[in-house]
Amino acid sequence: MFTKKKSSAEAGVETSILNKETEGLSQGQIVRKRFLQHKGAMIAVFTLFSIVIFVFSALKIKIGPWTYPGWWKYTIEDLPELALDGCSGGLVGCPTLSLRPTWLGGAGIQLGEHPFGQDDIGRDYFALVMRGAQRSIMVTVIIGFIGGVIGTVVGAIAGFYRGAVDSILMRFTDFIITVPSIIIGSVIGYHFGNLGVSFLALYLGLFAWTGLSRLVRGEFLTLREREFVDAARVAGATNRRIIFKHILPNAVGIIIVSVTLLMSGAILLETALSYLGFGVVAPDVSLGSLISQYQESFTTRPWLFWYPGIFIIAIALCINFIGDGLRDAFDPRQRRRITRKDRQSARVAKKARAHA
Amino acid sequence: MFAFIMRRLGTLGVILFGSSFLLYNLAAFSGDPVAELRTSTDPEAPAQIAALTRSLQLDVPPPLRYFIWLKGVFGVFVGKFDLGQTRASEPVNVAVFEAIPTTLRLVTTAVIVAIVLGIAIGIITALRQYSRFDYSMTFVSFLLFSLPIFWVAVLLKQFMAIEFNNWLAEPSIAPRALATIAGIIGLIVASAVGGERKKFWKVFGITSVGTALTLTLLLEINWFLQPALGPVGYFAASVGAAILITQLSVGLGHKPSLRAALAMAVLGLAFYYPVNWLFERDKQPLIIFGLLLVTIACAFGASFYFAKIDRGPVVRTAILTGILSGLLMILDKLMRTWEPYFKTDAVNGRPVPTIGQSKALLDSGDYWITLLDILMHLVLPTIALTAISFAGYIRFSRGTMLEVLNQDYIRTARAKGLNERTVIMRHAFRNTMIPLTTIIVVDFAGILGGAIITERVFGWTGMGTLFNTAINSFDLNLLMGVFFLTATMALLANLVADLLYSVMDPRIRVGAGK
Repeated sequence: MFTKKKSSAEAGVETSILNKETEGLSQGQIVRKRFLQHKGAMIAVFTLFSIVIFVFSALKIKIGPWTYPGWWKYTIEDLPELALDGCSGGLVGCPTLSLRPTWLGGAGIQLGEHPFGQDDIGRDYFALVMRGAQRSIMVTVIIGFIGGVIGTVVGAIAGFYRGAVDSILMRFTDFIITVPSIIIGSVIGYHFGNLGVSFLALYLGLFAWTGLSRLVRGEFLTLREREFVDAARVAGATNRRIIFKHILPNAVGIIIVSVTLLMSGAILLETALSYLGFGVVAPDVSLGSLISQYQESFTTRPWLFWYPGIFIIAIALCINFIGDGLRDAFDPRQRRRITRKDRQSARVAKKARAHA
Repeated sequence: MFAFIMRRLGTLGVILFGSSFLLYNLAAFSGDPVAELRTSTDPEAPAQIAALTRSLQLDVPPPLRYFIWLKGVFGVFVGKFDLGQTRASEPVNVAVFEAIPTTLRLVTTAVIVAIVLGIAIGIITALRQYSRFDYSMTFVSFLLFSLPIFWVAVLLKQFMAIEFNNWLAEPSIAPRALATIAGIIGLIVASAVGGERKKFWKVFGITSVGTALTLTLLLEINWFLQPALGPVGYFAASVGAAILITQLSVGLGHKPSLRAALAMAVLGLAFYYPVNWLFERDKQPLIIFGLLLVTIACAFGASFYFAKIDRGPVVRTAILTGILSGLLMILDKLMRTWEPYFKTDAVNGRPVPTIGQSKALLDSGDYWITLLDILMHLVLPTIALTAISFAGYIRFSRGTMLEVLNQDYIRTARAKGLNERTVIMRHAFRNTMIPLTTIIVVDFAGILGGAIITERVFGWTGMGTLFNTAINSFDLNLLMGVFFLTATMALLANLVADLLYSVMDPRIRVGAGK
């Protein structure tokens, strides 16, 4: 049932392959190289990037005096006529998106009038889903940013100065950590949901930093005892310089990784809150509120349920894969998989050395 | 140790005080509980406002009102625990303590299944790092991480309940579907077993053909409508359990353990009919508990008969086998209850419910039918909760296992010639369990308050429903009641986790230093 352990000679080859790869590179270069080699993460970066561009360019956006028209013909306020025919089984407003080419017996690859169908009153569902995805991405980014900044600052101060400051900050963190995030979220969402989605995200971000601050504090507590910090202090560096120039760059891996995880949690928190009715309120929509609104229609009009769900999963999945890639890239103990090709090239190199 | 616990309890009190003060004020300042009545044109409204103000002491500003609430909580020391009243003038303690059993029933099974499955898969993926199985499980766990639970729940309701019930009306599987199912199961098993390409295809062939044949046979004998293990199936299953447990705990080479475990399986078969006779009697919970004691006694007997020295591992294996074959016996009984349950008026041929925690119309005095009804209502929520939470266990146990496998003591164990089973099960697995245990304890407490969405989707009335009501109707005392209980549980679980850690890992001494 169990595989055989690698022989020590093989392990030696692996170590030399891994050492070879990192020879003469700075820490940043190694991290970048590892991240670029992580296939899952690269696919996720590409997908997420495409989704963001696709979603944000679809609808009309007003920024101050400028108006970006958007490439999609409908907005969420438009009320086109509900398409009564063209669907099978007596349904109305079904999706016109077709991915099956004509030579396979389908209607050809086309978007049609309403690619994702229409809702009960005829609103274009594609526009609704795009708006929902915009909202969900915005919430995620805002929560990630605010949570990340507060968490890093609190953790850094507590870990660096220790003593009374540390105790006070960490007890305060404990107070917030004890209250489950969905309870805080619901209380906030119930009362501030009507202020708009950015405010909701802002308030949620104010409570989302606790886990991160604990991690950063731990990292700072370890790093501040290291020799290079002592050396900097002996050389006369100020606390400010030590924190920003010496400790923070070393802690940045753990911060980036946990912020990505925070963001993937945030998108699910927002959808959960909207589902409970405490998140984004009508007339604005988010992916969670769309699903919540149309979950009963799954048996009759499943497209109202599928499309928002697919977008949530795609976004959250991408963020999770990017987080995994980053964790692998920043973790010095992480060993990359040695492929057959690597072994081959190592053998060739060794032979070449032996001949020379 | 005592001083450590006292100090931790003190900190716990401070944290509870701080966080409850925070939440109380956050919730109180964010809205007006009588706002609806103020704008109402009902002539009774002013009187109602006055009554509510009196009973909920709304004239006291929230930061001070908090201390009135706190006084009730401190009543716990003089035996008058009081969490205040809900808006409907019902004591909050009563509402909360009525909701706890429901929530417990909902989450316990899910947590256990998630832990067992998650750890098993996590450890296999760690042993087969960078294999096809590892990659696909990583993908699956990320996918599960990214799923909103209510979305999963709707899908489950459609495909596991409605469509499955329709299918049960006339169970048959088209040849193409059969081939697909068999292929998928074969693929999963073969990649979990691993090995060279030749072995992979061999395992794949055996498993998929076996699955296809079994399914055809089951359909042929109409098993899905009249399921049962029967004495033969029961015996085969418990012998399998005996071999599996022996292999995992001491290895098949340990003859006394193997004999004792097999003896337990044989005993189970010998008692098959008498036990089933007992199952028909009244007072089932008592009988089942009695049978459990008898099983343990039998296990001791068997291991004392088969092992003369070093009885510890033998007793352990025999007891585990005995309990597992007891559970198989109960499973068999439940399977044979399926048909009568299926035919009751309340069920009427649609056994998988989509909503609720039990069928109100099912008026059956039969213990097994009631039990089966409760279990059937648990199926969908349990699958949904498990799917969401076991991804975390996969990732965590995989990471821990990989870390442990790189340790020096594992190399030492290999170097002194221990077989792979002993290295994995004794040295690696036990050390992997140390950090896992603490996570499990904390998770279990956390999930008590965390099943809010699941309860709502599946129409259960537990803690989550209370919480929902509290927010929607501005019921501050109810909200604080729910919070107080979940937060206390979470903090106590943290304390227990720390203590467990020191029990399991002798390198860590709590209360030392300082």
